[in-house]
Amino acid sequence: MTAVQDMVVPSFDDEIETDRKLAIICSKGSLDMAYPGLILGNAALGEGVELHLFFTFWGFDMITKGRMEHLVFSPVGNPATHIPAALAPLPGLAKMATSQMQKAMEELEIPPVPEFLDLIKASGGHLWACRLSADMNHLKKEDLYDGVDDIINASDFIEMTAGAQLLFI
Amino acid sequence: MPTTTINGRDVTVDDEGFMTVYDEWDEETGKSLAAAIGIDMTDEHWKVVRFLREDFKAQGATPTIRRVSTAGGVDTKQLFTLFPKKPAKKMAYIAGLPKPAGCV
Repeated sequence: MTAVQDMVVPSFDDEIETDRKLAIICSKGSLDMAYPGLILGNAALGEGVELHLFFTFWGFDMITKGRMEHLVFSPVGNPATHIPAALAPLPGLAKMATSQMQKAMEELEIPPVPEFLDLIKASGGHLWACRLSADMNHLKKEDLYDGVDDIINASDFIEMTAGAQLLFI
Repeated sequence: MPTTTINGRDVTVDDEGFMTVYDEWDEETGKSLAAAIGIDMTDEHWKVVRFLREDFKAQGATPTIRRVSTAGGVDTKQLFTLFPKKPAKKMAYIAGLPKPAGCV
């Protein structure tokens, strides 16, 4: 069926000065749990939403220079891998699972974690490191990914994300 | 599929206004689409839009922001400057292509 009408233009919501803000708390340091926050955060930026990522506890590995490139995907304690629990701890299995996941991500053109952070920074996202996690691990700003905006405490984060939609991963 | 009139020519679009027939697009049309969403096309804009057109033809899918920067050589920061707020959708719209389907 064909209907002729005036030029239809997508709105892109440009006329609405949206103050939509998304804050994602990244608390996990395994490779599989690093991605959800990065993917959703990146999607938010692509939709013109202000983004703040807060890295805390194990999630600190995602922004620690010495660790961010070596995140592991382990089948241990992860029933979603459908590997029998007794076999999951076998030597070499985590390494194999990790490289398989990395390969799968690469095929889907999803970048490794450090490059993903580059993308988020270039898109205007903000990266915050948790003060307590930094102190626990004896890490300073120079030990962290260069794009980290600052090391802040929990109150700073709460203050900064007033009115934001919040996601804990 | 509805049609819409751009520069006095009927083109096929989806419900949102994205063009759906690759060969109905030409650069004059692209210029009008850009104007309709408030974008004045510069050489840099054209570099992106031409890459999108070529890449779609070769790959069969609209490239994502990341692909435009890795394969098309226009960095992400600049894409946000050229096509403010929603670069992936805006550049696809101007290039007469569907919105990118990929997540990243």
